[in-house]
Amino acid sequence: MTSAAACSATDPWLAHSVTIDRVIPETPGVATYDFVFTDDNVGGRYSFLPGQFNMLYLPGVGEVAISISGNPADRSKLPHTIRVAGNVTQELARLGEGGSLGLRGPFGASWPLADCAGMDVVLVAGGIGLAPLRPAIYDLLANRDRYGRLTLLYGSRTPAGLLYTDEYEQWRARGLDIQTTVDRTTDHWKGNVGVVTTLLERLTLPRPENTALMTCGPEVMMWYTIQSARECGFRDDNLYVSLERNMNCAVGLCGHCQFGPEFICKDGPVFRYDRVTSILKVDDL
Amino acid sequence: MQDGTEIRRTEFLATDDLQTLLDELQSQGYRTVGPTIDQGAIIYDEIESVDDLPRGWTDRQEAGKYRLEERDDDAFFGYVVGPHSWKRFLFPAAVTVATAERTDQGWQMRTPDHDAPRYAFLGVRACELAAMRVQDRVFLEGAFVDPIYQQRRDRAFIVAVNCTQAAATCFCTSMNTGPRCNSGFDLALTEISGGFIIESGSDDGDDILERLPTQPAEDALLDQAESARQQAVDQITKKMDTDGIRDLLMQNLDHPRWDDVATRCLSCTNCTMVCPTCFCSSVSEVSDLTGDHVERQRQWDSCFNIDFSYMNGGVVRNGIRSRYRQWLTHKLATWHDQFDTSGCVGCGRCITWCPVEIDLTEEVAAIRQSTTDKAPERTDEDDAP
Repeated sequence: MTSAAACSATDPWLAHSVTIDRVIPETPGVATYDFVFTDDNVGGRYSFLPGQFNMLYLPGVGEVAISISGNPADRSKLPHTIRVAGNVTQELARLGEGGSLGLRGPFGASWPLADCAGMDVVLVAGGIGLAPLRPAIYDLLANRDRYGRLTLLYGSRTPAGLLYTDEYEQWRARGLDIQTTVDRTTDHWKGNVGVVTTLLERLTLPRPENTALMTCGPEVMMWYTIQSARECGFRDDNLYVSLERNMNCAVGLCGHCQFGPEFICKDGPVFRYDRVTSILKVDDL
Repeated sequence: MQDGTEIRRTEFLATDDLQTLLDELQSQGYRTVGPTIDQGAIIYDEIESVDDLPRGWTDRQEAGKYRLEERDDDAFFGYVVGPHSWKRFLFPAAVTVATAERTDQGWQMRTPDHDAPRYAFLGVRACELAAMRVQDRVFLEGAFVDPIYQQRRDRAFIVAVNCTQAAATCFCTSMNTGPRCNSGFDLALTEISGGFIIESGSDDGDDILERLPTQPAEDALLDQAESARQQAVDQITKKMDTDGIRDLLMQNLDHPRWDDVATRCLSCTNCTMVCPTCFCSSVSEVSDLTGDHVERQRQWDSCFNIDFSYMNGGVVRNGIRSRYRQWLTHKLATWHDQFDTSGCVGCGRCITWCPVEIDLTEEVAAIRQSTTDKAPERTDEDDAP
């Protein structure tokens, strides 16, 4: 499952106490919360892989699964980029800096970065779907010489919805080609307008058969991204999606997150496309 | 308690000495749980003596029907299975999995010290032993272990009972789970006239057997036990064809039969509550009035509940069609992917306790029938010039 989990395999319900160290407003309704462990020993043991998630626990309110959006190599920060959507995220937003909560994790399968050494890599994100991919970006750029061309295609409903814009310049300087697009333009937007798949179709791919694609966003966006990628010559076993379902236990014991034969919490959330091909488009599965 | 049990010793225990088994178990600190009659059904509850057992009663079952009837003999175990299964003791319907306390240093989370009772289960049928093995796979044999189940399971002493009759809803022979108890017990009983053939299947079982006033199991008695067990086999009429069932169901996720069953199914969750292998649960927050002390309570949940698949402001499985499909395909198909076993043990509870008489074996048969009906057509086309 994970590398050095703070969550015990024999006591999966035990959450560790964390404090909100910093709240960074990102886009309307979205902020990045940086947590520190109350117990340094737990913090010292904790590490995660890009694409994994934590269960954030607000006692009396509930628990929510949130992908880790930080740099796996930077042990001093544990950021989670969160949109206010339900009771737990609302209460989290109300708590603010200094607030106390619980955290269990990390859980789930990670982006297969090590398997992509020597390949070109295309990341395709939609909206807040960039958050689970940001750890992958940090990791790819930290090991830039291991990979060929690195590209991020990022779509948002509006220009204001684009996450982490102040980091793009640095990412570009370190060798990540970034292209953005929006569904609806506003006055000052001079970039692309349209769905993110058009960026993929326009991309020059010198060796699509040796290019990996990792995508995270709304399921319908990922579906069309995958279809475009296949038309562009990507191989099915080089395509990866990050799926989402209701999580309760996060360790495969409660049954909630089942998606056909998969438990999203422990078999995913990152899946190789050919593993889930037959179930991706089954209605209401 | 050991898996892959081999029967070590076989003895005869007279009817009048059955109480000594309960006495022995109780004196060794076990809380004895067994069948007893409550609200017109045979359920599992703590029992003190053999007088609590449903002696002289049997259950008549068919789809959507369960009735107790008096037997014309004094058999203790002359019934099949009721609405309860042993999972209520191993995987409690409501249990506190964690607590949180607000302190000056923020929230402190703990998991409670579980000190589960040592249960001795009396009257575990072969399909129920199989159900425990299925739940073992779920709760004990993955990357994460459920500590509550683990402790209860490790501590349990199991007295199995071989079925000597079957209900119209039984299909353990199709699922290869019974009716003979072959493994997974400490002791196993077969009820015959005048007493029980008692077999031990573990060290703990040997220890208890040693202390009972047993007599040698003469060949004539063993023959009687064998024919009693054979009677159960002979009475099983329900069948489910499990050949290729995983692919049959997963290749028919858009089958019209799901729409058909959705017009009958009430999504009441009865089938999942009585199922001895269903393991879905939800954790909810239980705070005191100050809000400073919180218990996280896990309760049985069901894939038939509409909010079970709630996510991001919407429900994934909005219709009964998709919820019934989830239940049936999980039980009979994807369980194989997840746990390398079927999730169904053929106990028939979901058939009996369905208020609208839905029988999963019929649903599967209907899907299978429609696919085999189509097969010849395809062959004809293939052969056409």
